[in-house]
Amino acid sequence: MIDLTVIWACIIGFAIVAYVVMDGFDLGIGILFPFFKVGQDRDTAMNSIAPVWDGNETWLVMGVGGLFAAFPLAYAIVLPALYAPMIAMLLGLVFRGVAFEFRWRDPAHRAFWDKAFTTGSIVATMAQGIALGALLQGITVKGRAYGGGWWEWLSPFSLLTGVGLLVGYALLGACWLNWKTEGGLQRQAVTYAGRLGIGLLLVVALVSMATLGLEAQYYRRWLSFPGVLATAQVPLATVIVTFLFYRSLRLKRHAQPFFWALSLFGLCLVGLGVSIWPDVIPARVTIWQAAAPERSQLFMLVGAAIMVPVILAYTGWSYWVFRGKVGTEGYH
Amino acid sequence: MIEQDWAILLARAQFAFTVSFHFLFPAFSIGLASFLAVLEGLWLKTGEGVYANLYRYWIKIFAVVFAMGVVSGIVMSYQFGTNWAVFSDKAGPVIGPLMAYEVLTAFFLEAGFLGVMLFGINKVGRKLHFVATLAVALGTFVSAFWILSVNSWMQTPVGYEIAANGQFVPGDSWLTIIFNPSFPYRLAHTVLAAYLTTAFIVGGVGGWHLLKDRANPGARKMFSMAMWMAALVAPVQIFAGDAHGLNTLEHQPAKVMAMEGHYQSHPHGAPLILFGIPDSDRQKVDYAIEIPNASSLILKHDLHAPLKGLDTVARADQPPVIIVFFAFRVMIGIGFAMLGICVWSLLARLRGKLYDWPLLHRFAILMGPSGLVAVLSGWIVTETGRQPYTIYGLLRTAQSASPLDAPAVAASLAAFVLVYFAVFGMGIWYLLRLMKKPPQAHEAPLDDAPIRSAGITPAPAMIEGGAA
Ligand code: HDD
Ligand code: HEM
Ligand code: HEM
Repeated sequence: MIDLTVIWACIIGFAIVAYVVMDGFDLGIGILFPFFKVGQDRDTAMNSIAPVWDGNETWLVMGVGGLFAAFPLAYAIVLPALYAPMIAMLLGLVFRGVAFEFRWRDPAHRAFWDKAFTTGSIVATMAQGIALGALLQGITVKGRAYGGGWWEWLSPFSLLTGVGLLVGYALLGACWLNWKTEGGLQRQAVTYAGRLGIGLLLVVALVSMATLGLEAQYYRRWLSFPGVLATAQVPLATVIVTFLFYRSLRLKRHAQPFFWALSLFGLCLVGLGVSIWPDVIPARVTIWQAAAPERSQLFMLVGAAIMVPVILAYTGWSYWVFRGKVGTEGYH
Repeated sequence: MIEQDWAILLARAQFAFTVSFHFLFPAFSIGLASFLAVLEGLWLKTGEGVYANLYRYWIKIFAVVFAMGVVSGIVMSYQFGTNWAVFSDKAGPVIGPLMAYEVLTAFFLEAGFLGVMLFGINKVGRKLHFVATLAVALGTFVSAFWILSVNSWMQTPVGYEIAANGQFVPGDSWLTIIFNPSFPYRLAHTVLAAYLTTAFIVGGVGGWHLLKDRANPGARKMFSMAMWMAALVAPVQIFAGDAHGLNTLEHQPAKVMAMEGHYQSHPHGAPLILFGIPDSDRQKVDYAIEIPNASSLILKHDLHAPLKGLDTVARADQPPVIIVFFAFRVMIGIGFAMLGICVWSLLARLRGKLYDWPLLHRFAILMGPSGLVAVLSGWIVTETGRQPYTIYGLLRTAQSASPLDAPAVAASLAAFVLVYFAVFGMGIWYLLRLMKKPPQAHEAPLDDAPIRSAGITPAPAMIEGGAA
């Protein structure tokens, strides 16, 4: 059944994917930042994302704005439920966002702003991962509101997803640097990418198994016959993509590992989709229950249908302008 | 007070605090983006170096302001949900799409072209770079358009229906919702305010450098441009404000009563209270200094027109008068001070003394931050005057909140206050430091910024990386 609500669920899904694809690597660079040599290496790492981070982060605003507009009930339940992680994420993003400018404005405190950049990136990433975990494990809904307590989001599982995302974004960051930089920094990035790849697989395996035990719905979706024939393709594809990822690293490819790492993320998201579709709050509220009226969705759809391709076009153009390796003098 | 009241009070404080901080930055960057576009346009047209230098001078400042605007703005888009969940659930179908349009048409535009604007001049050539600057400037305006439409709808809600589940849902026409009755006035008044804010900051910086060196061509040019802007816009702003007030009288009379301090009705013409101390408990203004019948003249253009007072409004529906009353006077005072400098600068120009009148330059420095103060005061009038409602007349603030827990909100409020003062405090200090440097004859392009052009500056970062 394709209706407006389904289309909007897809658009928001797309915004989330776009966010992970684009902001994932630049948060990852923040996470890895302390491991890079002070001076040229750090400057280069920062320069590789300076022109694009703002655009990348806008997808986060798009995701939450879209949720507010198309599924206001979900927005109204999820955000209070995730109060603490959301505030932490926002504050993390504050530190990290200003660090891009401030570290150049105030050389005397550059070491401080570098730390702010890393801490902000780690906090924001952990918070996003925890939010995902908290949603998956289920939140208490009472009527049209959140009905749980202020610590409901905190659990071993949500911490695990938090760490998982940390490893995942760091992997994307390392692959991005392998693509955009040269010399010692690039070699360092390749080493990290190799290790983080293993780390990510471990966490994903753990999270997947833990997820099956969370809700009967997840278990049924993944393991009952004949659905399992379809769902089994996801782990299978993961094995293949992992192989291709390591092969491209070994062959010293520059761009390829980044795309394989993204594909790994893509598979995780497909897995998520299998578990929760068609819910907007997993196992609690379906997209139709939370949907805004058709008039609201239709009005926005017109805008989205026109603007999203335009946005993708000029975003692509801006990446194209800053293509190639980042030299020590910035984009030259 | 019971726990839920505390929670709501804290949530209001948190919203007011974060949005006030946020708005300081767009108020400046909306005007500054346009100023940069004008500078670059003039440079392309005339080829005069002074424009290029000023462009480079101000773009460093713009980059810092913009970064702070973005991060504080992202906070706002989550605040509705974290603290005002019931409001979000109910109003989402109407205002959500408008905010989604803001993201689609404005935020992406700004963010998408910002990178090229800041770092791309050597990559894309002058013409395309100019396009990027224009796109960013346009983006800031479009952003103001949508968010002010949202806010105006909350002030003067029209074009909605109420669904069975209690949600406000759109009626037949989105145009009715977007162009709700207070929107045109609010848009005009706020965008003019942003231009004035920028004009006075630029003028203050220009004045500062003129005091040190009257011959500095950059300082002369920016001071002159800022004073033209102020001279043209300040009078218009007063008219726009007046029109805005008349519109408010029509749609939100209680707010105007609070602004005027009219607790009593005046059937035969109301006085203009210039100053006084409103006391809502006793429903009267102490120590009032008044001009008889002047309020009726301003609001009704008739000395003897009757005006109703807050005695016609139930106590529970009155806004907090004292805040509205004082904030309003701050804004008006600044509006007239701005008019003063506009007249003075025209006089100085006429006498050929624009660059040689230190007292004028000092006054310009004093007025530098006045736009920011006026803008915040104006918003405090608007938002506090709307109380006790979030959607005027329809949804009370007390019924808009999330199921909040006072300690949680208190903790997050404390965190916001600490982080904002520290981070944005540093940012503002960097801005002042950038402004303290006089514009150079060969202003470096974002010299020590993330992207340095080869050869122009040695990479300073390599020397002072510091110990991490
Ligand atoms: C540089 C900034 C600035 C200046 C000099 C003025 N204002 Fe203003 N005013 C604003 C910036 C502003 C604002 C920030 O843009 C507000 C807040 C919300 C809005 O719509 O505009 C505002 C609101 C606002 C309101 C409240 C409208 C409402 O909530 O319904 C009124 C009646 C006025 N203004 C009137 C005036 C008058 C008569 C002025 C001239 C003396 C004046 N303002 C100067
Ligand atoms: C940008 C400048 C703005 C400033 C400085 C500002 C300031 C304030 C202040 C001081 C309050 C608290 C009023 C009180 O509780 O007495 C408030 C409340 C509120 N404002 Fe604004 N506001 C701004 C813009 C907006 C916009 C654009 C929107 C809507 C999109 C908005 C939505 C709200 C809401 C939902 C509240 C509810 C909380 C409450 O009423 O206490 N504000 N604002
Ligand atoms: C009169 C009120 C407001 C105006 C005119 C305004 C305008 C702007 C502008 C021009 C920007 C671009 C960044 C900058 O220049 O600083 C911005 C950023 C932002 N604003 Fe506001 N804003 C207002 C209030 C709000 C409110 C109440 C919200 C929350 C719903 C909000 C959400 C945002 C967001 C999410 C960003 C970041 C955009 C990005 O990532 O590029 N703004 N705002």
